[in-house]
Amino acid sequence: MDFTEEQLKRYSRHIILPEVGGKGQKKIMEAKVLIVGAGGLGCPVGYYLAAAGVGTIGLVDSDTVELSNLQRQIAHSVKTLNMNKAESAKQTFEALNPDVNVVPIKERLTSQNAFDIMRDYNIIVDGTDNFPTRYLINDACVMLKKPLVSGAILRFEGQVTTIVPGQGPCYRCLFEEPPPAGLVPSCQEAGVLGVLPGVIGALQATEVLKLILGKGQPLIGNLLIYDALGTNFRKVKIPKNEDCPVCGKNPTITELTEISQEYCSI
Amino acid sequence: MSEEIKIHKRLDIRGEVCPYTLVKSKLGVESIEVGQVIEIILDYPEASESIPKAMRNYGHTVLKVEKINPKEWVILIRKEVED
Repeated sequence: MDFTEEQLKRYSRHIILPEVGGKGQKKIMEAKVLIVGAGGLGCPVGYYLAAAGVGTIGLVDSDTVELSNLQRQIAHSVKTLNMNKAESAKQTFEALNPDVNVVPIKERLTSQNAFDIMRDYNIIVDGTDNFPTRYLINDACVMLKKPLVSGAILRFEGQVTTIVPGQGPCYRCLFEEPPPAGLVPSCQEAGVLGVLPGVIGALQATEVLKLILGKGQPLIGNLLIYDALGTNFRKVKIPKNEDCPVCGKNPTITELTEISQEYCSI
Repeated sequence: MSEEIKIHKRLDIRGEVCPYTLVKSKLGVESIEVGQVIEIILDYPEASESIPKAMRNYGHTVLKVEKINPKEWVILIRKEVED
């Protein structure tokens, strides 16, 4: 085990865990995780994965940091206002752990670039704020057979699930199509408690580490719902849909398509 | 009593303090195979108790804890379970 003295210190609390150890820490350091969205969810997910020593963290975001983001997007600061979010988060994560290679991808994920962006990574994290991209990521992960840790938040409620193609259901097994535009409000119009993405993001980061380590029971086939007001966690079983249009027996979605972006401009 | 225990690895962690005594011992055990024995020499008094305890918790067998001089201990551990 060729850890540097500095790494032995930094990761000591991991190494002494029987479920992690030196071997597990090596796996973490060799992992490549792509986080789509460097916002409310992407910030805590990336922050904890950087602290854990994940070797490569790709961050996809084309937006710039605004003051209204700082109520919850903890990787950004007043010093990085107007900076690209992926770049801003890269500075924060690398300041926490210089071992980690953070790759900023200052683009919007589209049906054209999704495969190219995702191909080099082992695990994908969905931290997006809109349905078109959520479905695009799901479809791309099913087609590329990549594990996906999905999170969503609104007001005082959040959800997490882990999708491992071939081992359980996908997002479309749960909700075949995105809801009609305007039906589900965005955080922009409905609000979100600033700490909520912290809770959901930390759960997503935990799922990612479990997948890397191959330990525990990831949320495959389960949707975990957190109600912050009532302080309740509920785990709901998601059955696999044999007729799922993307991961079913006879898929009808066999290539990536763009779902109308009008959803996002609410 | 301690006749013919074959030692596969020797680990000198004199000068180390907790928790690095445990970190290095854990990594040492990871580097040997199940059934093999590691000898650890240390001089941090607390670790002479905490390492045997931790190793038992990991599921390994502590074959010996011996104070070899006023400041140093030798611990023999047989790896019993995969990491």
